[in-house]
Amino acid sequence: MLTVPVEIQIMLAGILFLLGLIGLLVRRNMIFMLMSIEVMFNSAGMVFVIAGKQWRQPDGQVMFIFILAVTAVEVAIALALILQVYHHFKTLDADSVNKLRDSN
Amino acid sequence: MATYISLIPAIPLLGFLVLALFGQKLTRKTIGIIGAGSVGIVALLTLIAGTEFLKSLPQVKSYSVVVWQWINAGNLKADISFSLDALSLVFCFVITFVGFLIHVYSIEFMAKDEGFSRFFAYMNLFVGSMLILVLADNILLLYLGWEGVGLCSYLLIGFWYKEPANGYAARKAFIITRIGDTAMIIGIFILFLSFGTVNINDLMQQASGKWAAGSPIAVLTAALLLGGALGKSAQLPLQTWLPDAMAGPSPVSALIHAATMVTAGVYLIARTHVLYSLAPIVQTAIAIIGALTLLIAGFSALAQHDLKRILAYSTISQIGYMFLALGVGAWSAAVFHFMIHAFFKALLFLAAGVVILVLNEEHDIFKMGGLRKKMPVVYMTFLIGASSLSALPLITAGFYSKDAILWYSISSETGSTLLWLAGITGAFLTALYSFRMIFITFFGEAKTQPAFLPGKTMTIPLIILAVFSVFAGFVELPKSMGNIHLFSSLVDNTLPAVVVNETGHSEIVFQLLSAIIVLAGIYLAYTVYLKKPALSESFSHSRLNRFFEKGWGFDKFYDVIFVKPVVWLAEIDKDDLFDWLNIGISRLALLMNRLLGITQNGKLRWYLMSFTVGIALILTYLICR
Repeated sequence: MLTVPVEIQIMLAGILFLLGLIGLLVRRNMIFMLMSIEVMFNSAGMVFVIAGKQWRQPDGQVMFIFILAVTAVEVAIALALILQVYHHFKTLDADSVNKLRDSN
Repeated sequence: MATYISLIPAIPLLGFLVLALFGQKLTRKTIGIIGAGSVGIVALLTLIAGTEFLKSLPQVKSYSVVVWQWINAGNLKADISFSLDALSLVFCFVITFVGFLIHVYSIEFMAKDEGFSRFFAYMNLFVGSMLILVLADNILLLYLGWEGVGLCSYLLIGFWYKEPANGYAARKAFIITRIGDTAMIIGIFILFLSFGTVNINDLMQQASGKWAAGSPIAVLTAALLLGGALGKSAQLPLQTWLPDAMAGPSPVSALIHAATMVTAGVYLIARTHVLYSLAPIVQTAIAIIGALTLLIAGFSALAQHDLKRILAYSTISQIGYMFLALGVGAWSAAVFHFMIHAFFKALLFLAAGVVILVLNEEHDIFKMGGLRKKMPVVYMTFLIGASSLSALPLITAGFYSKDAILWYSISSETGSTLLWLAGITGAFLTALYSFRMIFITFFGEAKTQPAFLPGKTMTIPLIILAVFSVFAGFVELPKSMGNIHLFSSLVDNTLPAVVVNETGHSEIVFQLLSAIIVLAGIYLAYTVYLKKPALSESFSHSRLNRFFEKGWGFDKFYDVIFVKPVVWLAEIDKDDLFDWLNIGISRLALLMNRLLGITQNGKLRWYLMSFTVGIALILTYLICR
């Protein structure tokens, strides 16, 4: 079986995380921002799986299951919030939703 | 015995709690029963404790009971503990009995007042604090009671708080007594630092063992404690608050500013008498202060128009007599005069309260007159009180108590002719102003008609006090007549007996002299105020009279010396460095607020960017560290 060195695996996860981060920072549509967050979550999960495989422990994969559950909840809440924002402002642009700020 | 000593202060305090918490919901009748009843029960308890104390007297001279531990920090150990000895017993007796009569009287006196429950709550708190003061076993607990009575005095002087002048009088009393109290607490600190205990008996024993007579520290401590006593007892130079304290209701003046609280200074000095025998200079100062005070206040009383202010100055003057007695080491004479004074002065204040009440708050004696026929009971009791105050020979109690002081002021080891002269002049003044009061208020033509007549709840306490004002004197008769020493033999269980200088002064001569002086005073009052009012009229417009009326200008003097400079300093010092400091802090806070406010701009992606940069910085730091 072809083995990829663990450094490469971690680097893959890092690239994935950076992609998610860049997406989060440059996108203005909230749906896309949410998706970017999901990507970042998955990269984190990936590190767990890699670590689990490296030390031959099942814990890493167990943790990934947990992360999936947390993500599911997070997405549900975030979507509900986005729905409310859209309902209220008739837009999904994160920059134009800026009413919650210091008055002066 | 020991078990119920602690109930004596506890019951009035319980009454205070009940009235303070539920007073609004209770009916006036219930409030009266709780207010007067709690003091009545304590009076009975004191009676029981007193008889038991007297039975066991030669063997056991004091009873102590520790209720609970109060403070235990380092070597400072103070308990809530009470002790009853002859001195406390006399004070307890006066406080509870006179207090009970005044409470009963107040039920009718205050009947129409809207602050009925508040009044009785304060009065009960006062009685409780005063009993703590006289029963306290350690000097800290004594100080607690001391401040408690000061607080009640403040609350009750300003009882009718809607009148700004009353609030002013209350603050004045509080602040002036506070000057004395500050000296006193410093004295207590010195005692504690020197001996490491606060128990009064231990302190006194150690002081007489470790401090040499006349040593600077003994003099300093005695003088500081004396400061507290001067403030509380309205003696020179801290006497100016008492005449203004008459702004309170008359029962308050009777209980607090005549019978009990103002004599707390006498109690304190008697209680710590060991210190004063270690500091003879201070003791001499006490005698001189007493003599001066009794003269100054006597002259002032002579010029007053307000019935209650006459009595207030007379109180200052009579406490001056007690201080004179303390100063010459006649401890039991001072305590005896305290007791008799409590009876007749409470009587006079209560009777004056009735007069003022039925004349619709008329305080000016020159607008009264002719009340003798209208209110015979009040007249008779007032006459008895005034006779006792002016020490009418043989029949009144005041004669025996004041005569003892006069006699010891010359015959005691530390006595002198000058002190006696001051005392005898004071006696003349006392007779003069007492009967001036009587003749102007109750004789002559009626200038104001009484609106109604006092009921039994007010007159019965007057009658009881009048009986005491006459017969209480017979428990202590001088050697020259009767030679009965029930009172001094009781008090001498706690206080040392007076040391008499055997110089061959004949006591009877001095008694005769003081009797003649008193009668002369009364006769003079009769002449100038009743027979030939023109004589007193011409004097009453003189500048000297005005000087006396204003209390020898002490108020004005203090105003110029202390009040004005402080106000002036405060005025020019409105914006000093400390203000700038405070203002600076608030401005800094506002600036920070604005700076932080900028970052909260509502832009989600700005926040995200800040997170990212922040995390990047932290990671960089952690890696490169």
